[in-house]
Amino acid sequence: MTWSDYLVFAAAVILTPLIGGLITGLDRKVTALIQGRYGPPVLQPFYDVVKLLSKEKMIVNDFQIFAAYIYLLSAILSVGFFAIKADLLMIIFIMSIGLVFYVIGALATRSPYSQVGAQRELMQMLAYEPLLIFVLIGMYYVAGSFNLHDIMSHGRLLLDLPLIFVVLSLVLDIKIKKSPFDFSTSEHAHQELVRGILTDYAGPYLALIEIADWYELVLLLAMLAIFWSQNLVIGALISLFVFFLDIIVDNISARMTLKWMLSFSWTIGIVFTVVNIGYLYFVSR
Amino acid sequence: MGLKEFVKKSFSKSPWVVHYDCGSCNGCDIEVLACMTPIYDMERFGMVNVGNPKHADILIVTGTVNEKNKDVLKNVYDMMPDPKVVVAAGICACSGGIFRDCYNVLGGIDKVIPVDVYVPGCPAKPEAMIDGLYKAAQILKEKYSRKEVIVSAKSLG
Repeated sequence: MTWSDYLVFAAAVILTPLIGGLITGLDRKVTALIQGRYGPPVLQPFYDVVKLLSKEKMIVNDFQIFAAYIYLLSAILSVGFFAIKADLLMIIFIMSIGLVFYVIGALATRSPYSQVGAQRELMQMLAYEPLLIFVLIGMYYVAGSFNLHDIMSHGRLLLDLPLIFVVLSLVLDIKIKKSPFDFSTSEHAHQELVRGILTDYAGPYLALIEIADWYELVLLLAMLAIFWSQNLVIGALISLFVFFLDIIVDNISARMTLKWMLSFSWTIGIVFTVVNIGYLYFVSR
Repeated sequence: MGLKEFVKKSFSKSPWVVHYDCGSCNGCDIEVLACMTPIYDMERFGMVNVGNPKHADILIVTGTVNEKNKDVLKNVYDMMPDPKVVVAAGICACSGGIFRDCYNVLGGIDKVIPVDVYVPGCPAKPEAMIDGLYKAAQILKEKYSRKEVIVSAKSLG
């Protein structure tokens, strides 16, 4: 790593929560407008997190806190490595480590809501982790490398991998836990299992998890954006459009069952990946 | 605006509300839920209805306290992290209302936990409820600043 890499790493780590918070605020505003409400101010997520950070520390056990810090750390590292164009496979694995700690932290408490939420989160990971690997396989097939620099030098992945792009959009929807996939916990004013996996986190530690969620949201949006890496402004617009579609789906659909999610995501993931790579293999080359 | 002012402002801008039905006739509960509908929309003040007292800043209670649920109410109150504010919604929660002489009723919820805002009415209107919650958010901010003053005085020696 050269000194400019360190600079990019630091800039990404500092700027990402600001972008993630703004996107979340816009999400809440757009959701409110769709529902015919006025909605909270766009800066609302920042007010929420700052308030949570200065509330009383209330913990159940020490391991839970450790898990929250590891979750945040892994989210920060994965965004940082993404910014310096490291290996995409490694970035996904770093993200998964954090998620495993997120689940173990919830399992470490005795609240049944937290336990059930953690088990549902495991099922959600089971639904989207294979899909993420499929996306990487598709990228590898086109670019010949897992290295982000090589993948981005390809330019317009979207034209070669349109169906894989749909699969990654599905991953985004499951990952940010919007309806119909909000099983382990739900956001804004919705309630699932009290607060599901977050039930036993309170005050500053809830804020840590919120910030880590912003990092992961931005990471996934950035992964969507590199499908048009020739011009990253267009890429960013495409990824924000996908996020907007997710908000609409969130508002027009109800929560489904875990079984449905597994069969739906795996069917879509496997069929779309095979069709897309088969098309590239037999027709394009 | 400095960081300290932003923190103080965030307390008044983001009060999360937990609602506990302490043996109400459901009239006030329906009005509390009506606050979230598009007509009243309490989320425009950043208020979110959470189901978990560990995440909440404001406890809004409806109905009278009786011998059976006084421990539950105390429990919910104790589970909330500081700073916290309590709103008594409806005349039953304020004073016991028409049920105050019943053999099992203790009276208003202030017999069990400290109350900051009283919202009378039978049932209390959603407008009155949102007014009370907004006042509670200002009290929340005040409580936070007071605590900060105490902490800084301690650290000074």
